[in-house]
Amino acid sequence: MDIPREHLVDMYQTMVKIRRFEERIREIYFADKLPAFDIAAGLIPGEMHLAAGQEPVAVGMSPHLKEGDAITATHRPHHVAIAQGIDLKRMAAEIFGRDTGLGHGKGGHMHLFSVEPNFGCSGIIGEGIPVAVGAAMAFRHHGSDNVALSFFGEGAANQGSFHESLNLAALWNLPVVFVCEDNAYAISVPKTASTAIADNSDRAAAYGIPGVLVGNNDPVAVYEVMGEAIARARRGEGPSLVEIKTDRLWGHFEGDADAYRSDEFKTEMLERDPMVGYAKRLSDEGILNESDIAAIQQAMYDEVEEAIQYAQDSPYPEPESALDHVFAERTVTL
Amino acid sequence: MTTKTERKLTTQKAIAEGVALEMRSDDSVFVMGEDVGTYGGIFGATEGLLDEFGEKRVIDTPISETGFIGAAVGAAINGMRPIVELMFVDFFGVCMDQIYNNMAKIHYFSGGNVKVPVVLTTAVGGGYGDAGQHSQTLWGTFAHMPGMKVVVPSNPYDAKGLMIAAIREDNPVVYMFHKGVLGLGWMTPNPRATGEVPEEPYEVPIGKANVVREGTDLTIATIGLSVHKALDAAEQLEEKGISAEVLDLRSLVPLDREGIVASVEKTHRLMVVDEDYHSFGMSGEVITTAIEGAFDYLDAPPVRVTTPDIPIPYSRPLEEWALPSIERIVKASSNLLVAG
Repeated sequence: MDIPREHLVDMYQTMVKIRRFEERIREIYFADKLPAFDIAAGLIPGEMHLAAGQEPVAVGMSPHLKEGDAITATHRPHHVAIAQGIDLKRMAAEIFGRDTGLGHGKGGHMHLFSVEPNFGCSGIIGEGIPVAVGAAMAFRHHGSDNVALSFFGEGAANQGSFHESLNLAALWNLPVVFVCEDNAYAISVPKTASTAIADNSDRAAAYGIPGVLVGNNDPVAVYEVMGEAIARARRGEGPSLVEIKTDRLWGHFEGDADAYRSDEFKTEMLERDPMVGYAKRLSDEGILNESDIAAIQQAMYDEVEEAIQYAQDSPYPEPESALDHVFAERTVTL
Repeated sequence: MTTKTERKLTTQKAIAEGVALEMRSDDSVFVMGEDVGTYGGIFGATEGLLDEFGEKRVIDTPISETGFIGAAVGAAINGMRPIVELMFVDFFGVCMDQIYNNMAKIHYFSGGNVKVPVVLTTAVGGGYGDAGQHSQTLWGTFAHMPGMKVVVPSNPYDAKGLMIAAIREDNPVVYMFHKGVLGLGWMTPNPRATGEVPEEPYEVPIGKANVVREGTDLTIATIGLSVHKALDAAEQLEEKGISAEVLDLRSLVPLDREGIVASVEKTHRLMVVDEDYHSFGMSGEVITTAIEGAFDYLDAPPVRVTTPDIPIPYSRPLEEWALPSIERIVKASSNLLVAG
């Protein structure tokens, strides 16, 4: 496939942005929780699931998106949200629990919702998958050629919602792309201990739809496969299932001792960090030189820093605003 | 503005008519669920819709509640107004994540930016020997969890008006129809299940209780089929010289607390009749509302006639004993009048 240079560069740029964002959130998350880890302490409390290493899964789809396409993602949502072009400042502010956040501080990092771009995620495994099916129903009803993408982990592929959703989308020939982010571990349980077959993409056969495996964590391979799956859905030819073997470089959540993965596994994983590999490839192919890369990094670092600063400078919501937004009109009282 | 009409409908046909009217005027309204198409809904709530609107807007689904209720959420977020049917409320166990963790919370999580206008219809209630997985009401369970309005019509007029109001709501609404008030040919005949219904569209506001019988000696606050039982009991009480006011709550979320308080201020005595389980539910909430809002007016401790905290039993004498009955309401009323 002949890939436009701008797409190759855009993907790199977005990968840098994602990685930088995750690194900064990690730093801030830990800054005031140590030495004795206290999950409730600090600027960012609660669980924090970061996606360092899984950037290719997200950036490979983004050049193929158009306005209005819907995405549902998981408890580990930042990379997908950023790749879709979510407002980084408002996302950061939500993670910091501020009033300027996407949900005015009501959702936090696992519950990010945006109308434009059309993004949602969930803290429950497999919950967003049928939502994408419904989005696709709406697109078809409105006669648009928008598509819905649902991201979920390999652990979610054993949930009923996964199978129910694939069946519905196939039955009704809906424009959905199901994207399985296979990072090989559902928290501590390896895929080999949870899943009866090696590749979830094979499960597409049960629903009579294409199932495609991307066997490495390569953004270009993801780009190609996702391009076809999205185009197919956009043409009205129905859903696909794409499984991408990827790596979660850090723990399931921050503070996870990650003792369930062997040192050997972790060493190999870090050696194949897609950030390093993809930068080298772009450099080797003469697409970006060293100063291009440095410039991209600086620009993305600046953008992330600006978003973090915006979040930190934003006010917290008024405590009583907790009563707002249960319903479209305020009806809840103490 | 509604005009007087002589035309009578069963509750079930009134629901279907409310849906049809909204589907005619709003292209984003559609129906999906198990057996809602060709069959017209097991309880007839979608009767005739497939013929008029076709299979693109009246969609029979596989038995896949997590899938299709989740899909309703996704469609609602993206500009549709789905009416999605959970055949029996008892089946909530296979899809409660989509209902409660998703449908009910997205608007809140989004800080009000994402609307989820789903109407989840579901059949509730027992009294016909269907045992413990097809006879529950569970409205207290749904009402307990924030983010869903919960309506329970008791008659054809309210059923149509509440359905239209529910479809036009920008919030998720759980619309529970009691099998005993629908006027189905295969249920025990119930004269109150047929009534005058205007032909045009109209709304019954969600969150307003209705005084279905005026009285002065006690308030019987209730919902669903128990409204009918309370009215029957009130007739018997009248013969004993007791004037019972019957308050049809019509919705649990929002609960018309002002209506409850106003009625108790008038009658000074409160009974709650609730087909749902006794503890931690509607009856406790209504009584608390009266105590908080009208404590000084109460002449006697409030009482409740409920289903005890047991799975709904199958055998006829067991079930008849367990569910609220006219006899239990009459007896408890007499006791309430004696007390204080």
